[in-house]
Amino acid sequence: MKKSLFAGAIAVTSLGAGVAHAQTLDTVMDRGELNCGVSTGLAGFSAPDANGVWQGFDVAKCRAIAAAILDDPMAVNFVPTTGQTRFSALASGEVDVLARNTTWTFTRDIDLNLTFVGTNYYDGQGFMVNREIGVSSAMELDGATVCIQTGTTTELNLADYFRANGMEYEPVPIETNAEAQQQYLAGACDVYTTDVSGLAATRASFENPDNHVILPEVISKEPLGLVVRDGDKQWEGIARWTLMALIAAEELGITSANVAELAQGTDSPEINRILGSEGDFGEMLGLSNDWAVRAIAAAGNYGEIFAANIGDQTPIGLSRGLNAQWTQGGLMYAPPFR
Amino acid sequence: MSTATDPRATGEAPKKAFTFSMLLYDQRYRSITIQVFFLFLLMLGAAWLIDNTVNNLRALGRTFSFAFLNAPAGYDINQRPIEYNSQMTHGRAALVGFINTMILAVMACALATVLGVIAGVLRLSNNWIVGRLMTVYVEVFRNIPTLLWILIFGAIMTEAMPAPSAFRGDEPSASMIFNDSVAITNRGVFVPAIMFAQDLGTIRVGPVNPSIVWLLIIALIAAGIYVNKLVIDHATRVQNATGVRPKTWWKSILVLLGPVTLLFIVLGAHLEYPELRGFNFAGGTHLRNSLIAMWLGLGIYTGAFIAEIVRAGILAISKGQTEAAFALGLQPGKTMRLVILPQALRVIIPPLISNYLNITKNTSLGLAVGYMDLRSTLGGITINQTGRELEGMLLMMLIYLAISLTISGLMNVYNNRVKLKER
Repeated sequence: MKKSLFAGAIAVTSLGAGVAHAQTLDTVMDRGELNCGVSTGLAGFSAPDANGVWQGFDVAKCRAIAAAILDDPMAVNFVPTTGQTRFSALASGEVDVLARNTTWTFTRDIDLNLTFVGTNYYDGQGFMVNREIGVSSAMELDGATVCIQTGTTTELNLADYFRANGMEYEPVPIETNAEAQQQYLAGACDVYTTDVSGLAATRASFENPDNHVILPEVISKEPLGLVVRDGDKQWEGIARWTLMALIAAEELGITSANVAELAQGTDSPEINRILGSEGDFGEMLGLSNDWAVRAIAAAGNYGEIFAANIGDQTPIGLSRGLNAQWTQGGLMYAPPFR
Repeated sequence: MSTATDPRATGEAPKKAFTFSMLLYDQRYRSITIQVFFLFLLMLGAAWLIDNTVNNLRALGRTFSFAFLNAPAGYDINQRPIEYNSQMTHGRAALVGFINTMILAVMACALATVLGVIAGVLRLSNNWIVGRLMTVYVEVFRNIPTLLWILIFGAIMTEAMPAPSAFRGDEPSASMIFNDSVAITNRGVFVPAIMFAQDLGTIRVGPVNPSIVWLLIIALIAAGIYVNKLVIDHATRVQNATGVRPKTWWKSILVLLGPVTLLFIVLGAHLEYPELRGFNFAGGTHLRNSLIAMWLGLGIYTGAFIAEIVRAGILAISKGQTEAAFALGLQPGKTMRLVILPQALRVIIPPLISNYLNITKNTSLGLAVGYMDLRSTLGGITINQTGRELEGMLLMMLIYLAISLTISGLMNVYNNRVKLKER
């Protein structure tokens, strides 16, 4: 009885592990669809619109990768994952790439055997409170009840921050952003803490966003990245360089509007190398040479994606800040295509 | 057995030498052959599974190790029955989760039993309204999944109860009940806690430090129950000898409550009332929303099943027993207590065990409302932060298995005491 139970458990876990080493690119091409792990719904980053089509900043990255590989930005199967399920989903092969506000940390990179292909969004953890309670700094939160998504880095940062500042708090563990929103609005917690971008996105979906204030303290570094499994260099390269192509495209002035025209050939060798009119970078990745053209045409370059989903002109209203190009004083910096 | 031919019985002596074909064609050996064959297959299957796991773990560059249990956990837990902070280990966090699981299981089992017995007996009531009301309770609660009940109770607590800030100000929109001693808020219920002016400190028992005062109270109550049993046994002996039962109620009360009351007075017991301080109520005991939602959800849901078990147990006793008891002049109350229930318990206990097991296993739904039980600590945050899914899951399964086997073992001991003694 005990033995068979034990064996069953091992069977379940080992089934998952078995898929990890298939050649991901071949699998995706055979399937004709990219499985992309996203959040369970965070306006502006990844959420289905009124027609049930997934939209957002993270979603656009998946569409770009799908376009680069399969020449169809819509050939993506979005798999909603919670903070708790995301890594198992990736490790088991249920998703090919994780484009979900996931912080790049040492242990995740090394111990969990994940590969972060680059930073998609530079973020930090913040606190949101109701304006009514009259708090203007996180240092005044001693004794507060804090809503927190479990299984995240924010959970650990929160514990460290309150301990370092000698403050007490009452954590209310929560699984998804939607649940957190409901608990926070019902007043079951005084404070909601997560990445500042997530707070802004959540606040934008409130009935009265102005009643809520995001406190000035940013207590951590949260570089959010695209994640793939360890051990498939080719797939890692595709994910990394598609992201870099989007970032480089903004720097070099390649947009979804002019990409087709520039792909005919330009005076700039780097643009030519990215877009495939010179060199065979696409083939080195196992794709066709115009992979980046398709990726950029899918949803535009990094700047276009940012502006369309979470930028100043959207309800979420995030400024570029750290996420501006390095030439503009930000941290977005693609290595040379050479 | 009977078909096997015994050479001595038949008088023949065909001492045939053993040949391998006999393993298949001789009935004496065939069943063993088949069993050995299937045991071999089972072991082969197990070996393949283990080998596959080991290989895949190696391919992923992972090792199988429980060392993560000694690493600092890094996360906080809101309901801490034992001392815990984020600097303590994952193992300690799992222990906190385990104790939370047990607290919830005991609370829910108690609620379910009380509700179940009341509803089960009342469903047989001759009063039409009472009987139907209990039918409605049973049918409504046992036919809707327990998770939904937990979520409903959780939602009622968060959405319908006032925030702590509503208790503030000169004209508060909410107020504490029971003479300002209990506050029901959307963060849980705050009730007074018993405090002692003189604390006897704690003693160290393995990884936990229980308070000496509470251990003393438990010991006194246990001793009280034992002495009370002696008193009642003595009364029964006197009754059997003389036909007159001596009054025991004042002795029982004295024995059961006297020592504890004395201890409370000596140690200066007093109530600590919750009061509004800062963001929340402070002081007293905080029963969190998650605990209340789980407790009510599991208790009321399983209570409906227990009601049916109790009803079935009572109905299983033939009406002749009641009539015989009445004919002897026993009153209805005594008939139920002395004749019907002792026999009904034999029918009730075995299915009751499986319902207690269900409650204990269903506590793992705690994650749905953020109750920090074993599933949420070891099986949730720890696995997620350390990436040790296999180890964490195996450990968690082992612990749940151990809890369940212990419960069913204890209940079986009780069952053996009440079951029909066949001689």
